[in-house]
Amino acid sequence: MRFTNTLRVALRALRRNTMRSMLTALGMIIGVAAVITMVSIGNGAKAQVEAQVASLGQNLITVMPGSSSSGGSRGGWGSSTSLTPEDADAILADVKDIDGLSPEIRDRNQILANGLNWNTNVNGVGPDYGYVRNWPMASGSMFTDQDVKSLAKVCVIGKTVADQVFPNEDPVGQTLRIRNLPFRILGVMTPKGFSIFGSDEDDVVLIPYTSHMKRVSRRTNISMIRIQADLPENIASVKLAVEDLLTQRRRGREPDFAVRTQEELATAATATAKTMTGLLAGIAGVSLIVGGIGIMNIMLVSVTERTREIGIRLAIGAHGRDVLTQFLIEAILLSSLGGLIGVGIGIGGSQLLSAYNGWPVVVPTMWIVISVVGSAFVGIISGFYPAYKAAQLDPIDALRYE
Amino acid sequence: MPPVVQIKDIHKIYESGEVPVHAVRGVSLDIQRGEFIALMGASGSGKSTLMNMLGCLDRQTKGSYLLDGIDIDKLDRNELADLRNQKLGFVFQGFNLLARTTALENVELPMLYGRHRKASADEIRERAMHCLEIVGLANRADHMPNQLSGGQQQRVAIARGLVNQPQVLLADEPTGNLDSKTSIEVMGVFQKLNDQGITIVMVTHELDVARYCKRNLILRDGVVVRDAPVEDRSIAAAEMQRIQAAETAAKLTANPAA
Repeated sequence: MRFTNTLRVALRALRRNTMRSMLTALGMIIGVAAVITMVSIGNGAKAQVEAQVASLGQNLITVMPGSSSSGGSRGGWGSSTSLTPEDADAILADVKDIDGLSPEIRDRNQILANGLNWNTNVNGVGPDYGYVRNWPMASGSMFTDQDVKSLAKVCVIGKTVADQVFPNEDPVGQTLRIRNLPFRILGVMTPKGFSIFGSDEDDVVLIPYTSHMKRVSRRTNISMIRIQADLPENIASVKLAVEDLLTQRRRGREPDFAVRTQEELATAATATAKTMTGLLAGIAGVSLIVGGIGIMNIMLVSVTERTREIGIRLAIGAHGRDVLTQFLIEAILLSSLGGLIGVGIGIGGSQLLSAYNGWPVVVPTMWIVISVVGSAFVGIISGFYPAYKAAQLDPIDALRYE
Repeated sequence: MPPVVQIKDIHKIYESGEVPVHAVRGVSLDIQRGEFIALMGASGSGKSTLMNMLGCLDRQTKGSYLLDGIDIDKLDRNELADLRNQKLGFVFQGFNLLARTTALENVELPMLYGRHRKASADEIRERAMHCLEIVGLANRADHMPNQLSGGQQQRVAIARGLVNQPQVLLADEPTGNLDSKTSIEVMGVFQKLNDQGITIVMVTHELDVARYCKRNLILRDGVVVRDAPVEDRSIAAAEMQRIQAAETAAKLTANPAA
């Protein structure tokens, strides 16, 4: 009941000065709205990057060749030529919890079809490639294991290639020439857009990796192996198993390969977005502090202006603590009310931004809680000194104050 | 019954300035229940200081003060606040109502502190309303102070002073900001309350206001120089009637056409 009374007293005091209360809360409203909007934008950007990373495929693990050195000059990652299709076969045969796997050979070639030519990525992959990369066909179908075994001259093409070489017709069933060899087009893949590295993923022709090695590039090594683990929690164990297996296959030689998980890639890619979110939240946090200082300022003015009121309260029996609690509650009410309104405006504002600018926006629940709790905390901090000052007043002096 | 106020040889010395100021120099005073006292004196006579000590807002430097048998010198700041809340009612010269707060909420204020904080909102409201009825302002309960006349504001303040059923009602120049007719009105309220047995001590420097009281004390230079019962006491109700009669007469003469 004691607290209820004090709460009632504080609410009456705020209601007596509705205009000033609103203006005081405005600092908090703007601060919290800024925090929520900024963090929403930052989170949206992060979510976009994460979506792009996820578009590489799910639960993805990549095996890259390591560095090679010849005559003392070291080649750097990917320069080793020791990764082979046999490594891929061994992984598929021996490592558990794998859902799909595809070797990959990357190359660029001039292609020719339909009287048009085009320079594009000609990659050799396995039949699981589309599955592993979460990249379905738009029309036609992917080549099969049989095609890989028989070094078939078949291919599937990306959207960009289809648009460039067959602008007005259905490419499925047509033939395109790579190094003057005819490859039958089995299908066209759905558009995937740009990769996180900025290259056009759809500017590609995929052929069986065996055909690539024997007929096109005449290489004996592959550029990478993409592995999909069946469950996210198995990614780490699959990675270890792959590393063990490949090390074993190299029989004590220096490991010349690198196994990376998508998570590592995602971490690197989202680091920038995280930094941006932090920066934005920091700026918004400053406005929150300014809001808090505003509240302290107004509360100090309020204590001076209401000296007589405090004198009356003390004279008729309020304890110093009652006055302290009253002013503290006023400050907390102001700031947390401002915080709540700010959350509303922040959510509305970020939705507006998303609607008009097309920015991806993700409103984070955690930050809503942080903002409201934080603004109440700011209220306590900024309200305490004025409240303490009010509680220490002498009733006689306060009553005499003009 | 023992006196409600027992003051024995109290002194108040202010040490804050360069020279100590001896504001009250040995006042002894007993106030019985049901008394109606006017404290009078020129400015600097120590009457306000004495009033502050009577109101437990200030402590004496020397001497003893028992309020309703309680030695206030033994109480700390919070206990003094509770004592003021439960045993004293205050009425000030400048009314000291909370602005932008209804008359009713102003009267409720003392009940939000002290032992009454256990009362429910309805009980508090009811008792505040009852006190407004006593001072004849029940129909103005939801008015803000700036919508009330000076006399009405002071009556709200009196209702606030009454709401905790105090042992003593202390009024510091309650008519100081009022015209003479409204002063009589307010003194009428005090007389009515005193007739119901409430002890009242007021500070005033107006002789004709003091004549509504039962006992007059005159202070000079911090000592009581005169302490006498009021002879030929004014009765507010009668005064009011006399003024109204005079006004009616004035209207009749000023309006010969009627």
